[in-house]
This record gives sequence, C-alpha cells and structure tokens, in this order.
Amino acid sequence: MRRFTILAAALAVGLALAVSPFASSSPDGLERVAGDRAFLDQGRLAPVQESAPVPDYALPGVSDPRVATGLAGFAGTLIVLGLGWAVTGAARRRVTA
Amino acid sequence: MHIPDGFLSTEVAVACAIPAAAAVGYGLRRAERELDDRRAPLLGVTAAFVFAAQMLNFPVAGGTSGHFLGAALAAVLLGPWLAGVVLAVVLTVQAFVFADGGVTALGANVLNMGVLGGLAVGGLMAAATRVLPSSRRSSLVVAGAGAWIAVMVGAAATSVELALSGTVPLGTVLPPMLGVHALIGAGEAVITVAAVSAVLATRPDVLPRRHVPVPAA
Repeated sequence: MRRFTILAAALAVGLALAVSPFASSSPDGLERVAGDRAFLDQGRLAPVQESAPVPDYALPGVSDPRVATGLAGFAGTLIVLGLGWAVTGAARRRVTA
Repeated sequence: MHIPDGFLSTEVAVACAIPAAAAVGYGLRRAERELDDRRAPLLGVTAAFVFAAQMLNFPVAGGTSGHFLGAALAAVLLGPWLAGVVLAVVLTVQAFVFADGGVTALGANVLNMGVLGGLAVGGLMAAATRVLPSSRRSSLVVAGAGAWIAVMVGAAATSVELALSGTVPLGTVLPPMLGVHALIGAGEAVITVAAVSAVLATRPDVLPRRHVPVPAA
C-alpha cells in the first residue's frame, strides 16, 4: 500500500506540475453559459479571497505564466494531500476515541 | 463548474450549505469504517489526484473547456459518502488558496460537485453489485456511466440553484448547462475509467468490495 500511495501521489503532483501549464484556458462549462446568458458579471470575490495567496492558479512573483501555473499546481496538490490526511487523521481519532 | 460568490442568493446558498455540511459530517463519521489502517492514506491521495486533474481543462466545443470533477472516482475508491469529503477538501483549498469557487457558495459547490454525484454513483453501485457479475468490466461500466451521470446531476443542480436565486430563468440555463456538460461528462468518464482501470491493474484490493463489483481475487 505504501508503494501505491507514493506512486499515486507522485502521479498527482506530476500532473499538476508538468501538465497543468498546458491545460485549456477557455472558459469552463458554467463560465461559458454564464457569459452567454449574461450573468457572468454577477460573480465576485469574497473579501477573504481578495488576498488569496495564489489567485487564478498562478504563483505570484513568477514571470513565466507556465512556470507560475505549474508551481501553483505543485503547491496546491501538496496542500490538498496534507489537508486530506489531516482530515482523515482527525476523523479516525474522533471515532476511535 | 465552480459557482463564484454573487451567483446565488443568500437563501439558496444557506439551503445548499446545510445538506452539504450534513453529508460531509456523516461522511467523516463513516471514515473509521471505510478507512481501516491499510486504506487510511487513500482519502488524501484521492483528493490530491482530484485537485491535480481538475486543473487539466480539456477543450470540448466552440471555445469552451471542461475539467474533471472527481466525485465518481472518489465514490468508487472510497464509497459514496466519502466522495463528499474528498470534494469538500479540494473545494475548500481551491476557494481559500486559489480564489476559485465562492466562499458563501462553498456549500453549493460541495453539494453539486461532490455530495450529489457521490450519492448518484452510490445508487448505481448498489444496483450494479446486485445485477452485474463481479468483474473488471462491471467495475469499469459503473465507473464510466457513474462519471457521466455525476457530472449531469451536478450541472442540473447548479442550474436549479441559479434559477431559484433569481439569477437566470431555469429554461434559459438548464438546456445549455446540460448540453455542454454532456460533453464534459464524456471526458469525466474517460478519466474515471482510466483511473479505476489503473487501480484495478495495480491494487484491486484497494477498492471497497461492498460498493464496487470488483472481480473476485
């Protein structure tokens, strides 16, 4: 299981780091429909999101947009992995306690 | 399919957040049963994969892209209730770190992209374990069909929430949402089948036998 975990985590990190810079930047399904049906402009950032550390999946301070996206993906995948494990740990401790 | 803040009325946002929170809470209570010591790392790894794959927007039609949602994959790997937990983890990080998807809309997004899809796939898996033979093919059929259904359920729920909020009439938003997500759902099915296929090829014992018609060892 340790090997499976490491391989799967490495695949996730690798995809986010190396493939995400080449993803389509077209609007996604909801954004497209919102634009076509004229309610896209109603979207706004929550106050706490104005100071989000990595807005729009681009690591600030990195001039090359592809590198900025790849690094954002790398960081985000590790944050999600860590939070997922923290949540699992907390949930299992609470139930067994 | 991330709803930003401003698209939903406060009433609708709250009405979505309550069942989303309840479902995620119930999923957490089930974590001990679903995740024994051996499978404990699986939730974090699944969430990480879902996050990474969600970044990989693929073109669908006419200058529109789609991206993986992951509820079906999470439901196949972890069971229907933990799919909501996986997507709650992913969507929370996306909202607060990447400003993607609203904060007051977080409950709606967890409901649309995680809980509802997870439960739809759960229903499909329950039916499939009764009527389909336990085989690799059955697992992949469930994964593929479930992926498409989960995306369509999410698109329909999003449309209904937008209409109830008074943002756009249902008749205006539902047909194009279902139309574009029928294509995105096909991409979701391809990725989900590929991922489940890879797990079946390497560690079929990871899949919860109770939920998925996995081939007998």
